[in-house]
Amino acid sequence: MRTYFDSASTSRIHPEVLKTYESLLQKYYVNSESLYDEGIEIFRMMEKARRAIAGLLGVNSEDILFTSGSSESNTSAIKGVCFANPTKKHIVTSCVEHSSILNCCRQMERVFGYRVTYLPVDHRGCVSLEAVRKAVCDDTAIVSLMWVNNEVGSINPIEEIAEYVRKHTGAYMHTDLTQAIGKVDVNLENVDLASISAHKLEGLKGSGILVKKVHVPFEPLINGGEQEAGLRGGTSNAVVNMVFAKTLRLALENGRKYHEHIRALKQQLIEGLTSIEGVEINSPDDGVVSTVNFSYEGIPSEVMQNALNRAGFMVSARSTCASRSDDPSYVLVAMGYSARRASCCIRVSLTYYNTMEEVHAFVDACKEIIRQYGSI
Amino acid sequence: MVQYDTVLIRYGELSTKGKNRKDFIARLFHNIKFMLKDHPSLEYTKTYDRIYIRLNGEDQDVIREKLKKVFGISSFSFTEKVSNDIQTIRATCIRIAQESDQNTFKVITKRHDKSYPMRSDEINRAVAGAILHNSDLKVDVHHPDLPIRIEVHSDCAYITSEKIPGAGGYPSGINGRVLLMLSGGIDSPVAAYELMKRGLFVEAVHFSSPPYTSEAAKQKVLTLAGMVSEYQGHMRVHVVNFTKLQLEIYKTAGDPYAVTLMRRMMFRLAQRIAENNRCLAIGTGESVGQVASQTLESIACINSVCTMPVFRPLICSDKIEIIEKARKIGTYETSILPYEDCCTIFDPKNPVTKPSIEKSEKYEARFDYEALIQEAIDSEEVVIVSAQSQKQDEDFL
Repeated sequence: MRTYFDSASTSRIHPEVLKTYESLLQKYYVNSESLYDEGIEIFRMMEKARRAIAGLLGVNSEDILFTSGSSESNTSAIKGVCFANPTKKHIVTSCVEHSSILNCCRQMERVFGYRVTYLPVDHRGCVSLEAVRKAVCDDTAIVSLMWVNNEVGSINPIEEIAEYVRKHTGAYMHTDLTQAIGKVDVNLENVDLASISAHKLEGLKGSGILVKKVHVPFEPLINGGEQEAGLRGGTSNAVVNMVFAKTLRLALENGRKYHEHIRALKQQLIEGLTSIEGVEINSPDDGVVSTVNFSYEGIPSEVMQNALNRAGFMVSARSTCASRSDDPSYVLVAMGYSARRASCCIRVSLTYYNTMEEVHAFVDACKEIIRQYGSI
Repeated sequence: MVQYDTVLIRYGELSTKGKNRKDFIARLFHNIKFMLKDHPSLEYTKTYDRIYIRLNGEDQDVIREKLKKVFGISSFSFTEKVSNDIQTIRATCIRIAQESDQNTFKVITKRHDKSYPMRSDEINRAVAGAILHNSDLKVDVHHPDLPIRIEVHSDCAYITSEKIPGAGGYPSGINGRVLLMLSGGIDSPVAAYELMKRGLFVEAVHFSSPPYTSEAAKQKVLTLAGMVSEYQGHMRVHVVNFTKLQLEIYKTAGDPYAVTLMRRMMFRLAQRIAENNRCLAIGTGESVGQVASQTLESIACINSVCTMPVFRPLICSDKIEIIEKARKIGTYETSILPYEDCCTIFDPKNPVTKPSIEKSEKYEARFDYEALIQEAIDSEEVVIVSAQSQKQDEDFL
């Protein structure tokens, strides 16, 4: 029996999503831009999906652009806004963002001569409104901050930051919702752009959206035809885009339905882990219910992961997108933890089909691993 | 591309081996058939100094690449078997010349049947004249692009152009079995190749240290084993859990002697496993001076724990030569994938480069390593890999 404790990395596909996908895939193969009946039919269905998605997020359907996932959405948001506002040369983000934001910002500095402010976080992993207020200036094109941190689960006060940015600055506000959907309620009223990936929500890999409100000037990252209002070229991945709607609906429903179950799992997990001498919890108390990040300083992340793998548990250390690097977690370092502690972290991400038995077995496995290898 | 109907295989060092010759040829014949087992329509004929294979339409390029990997073949050629009358010989040579994309040629005739009515030189001239008339090729007797070789036998003739160098060496397995220590680095797969080349059948032992080494690191070793196993068909890999021994060594010996003691334990384990599996020698990919455990003093100190012969085919190779060979046999790219092995996991800061046997023994007396060696041997997992097993999960492609 293998236990999947890595749903923040990616998720299994929801049976209903798969069923819908399979049933549509054979039938709807023509180009959604084609002018014959079949093409028009697909276009119509995709637009229905777009409306449904917009409805679920409380935005307009023309605010939804289909993409290949959050990395594309994040990169497009930064570059699309910056290139469309060429007089402004400043970006504000935080030092704990996903690599798709951080590496995009570094590229904007290196290649395009932008100035980037990487805001610090507090011991909970959160950015403060105060820090944003100090950083934003007339030259700021975009503020990009994640709603929920992928490694530790901290929740940023995006609503109040977005309200400030909207009302008091000339910058646009982008937020990465990849780890937030189905875990916290998101209000996009004052948000200008937002990124979502389907594969974190029991949907398909290679599928996502960028919310980009119509008032935001935007240059496409991928040039092509008139798909996505000319803002994202390439033949539409129509069926994949269609099933995004169901993916999002199920994720939001299940998020509410299983919230208490996951909370109970988390509580039990933290109790069990903290009963082991030397184990420290890195996730903030007020983070999302699904993520528990902890360290045992005697065992480096990779060794712990190998041992847990052998014991039947699939977990990550830092972000999976950075899991092949040996460096300490930059998120934990930014939160003020020692390099040692940041090199020994493990991220458990829980989902609704995980069970209490799995949590107990996991704690027992950690105890045994620490007993065997903790003293080296 | 010139199409032929037969492959002609020439033996290597076998030709000089007197009374063992029969065994050698039988083994080579068997190995060739094994290498080509996916081509059932091939027809084999064994003669005193050659093996002939009728292609019966099999893909010449595929057969060529496979034969290049069979040890014991000195060279081989694709050839056309025809009746030995001069008209047929001439017509076949013209076709070969016309189908080739070369500019110059030379005809080289050898008569195995000396009673043939034309002398070799007469055949050369008759055929060359016909080619000059019927193609754009010119004669170049010193450096021809296309040497056309005609062998006249009493019942047939073979017409051949290219002579392809074989892998050389001895047929795999003819010289017995050896247990190779396989790490996952660049050197040991090359050592496997070299041992196989001299007719040794290689089994491998891999020391893994979970959880300090990952499952991916072990899979990488099995992939490498699968790659080199192609030269001998399959390979048995003994995966031994080395963690407990390693931890104990670090507890008792500390940093400087840890690697020396680890290597001594590995050789003890290897000898035990070799004995259990009818291997008469141990193989390693060591190269003198390369790292702390491969100084002459280290090798001497480590080697002293085992009585079996230890073959180190790369002992005098430069790293750059080893890398070149690894590239040639196709293991280099896999070897440099960044997975830890049990030698690098604790990464000693000051490993001793001139260890002494006395000191090593002093440290070893501090713990019951015999029990741990036995435990490691009991943990042994045997994985049989082959080029085929490597392709098992490739159906989706």
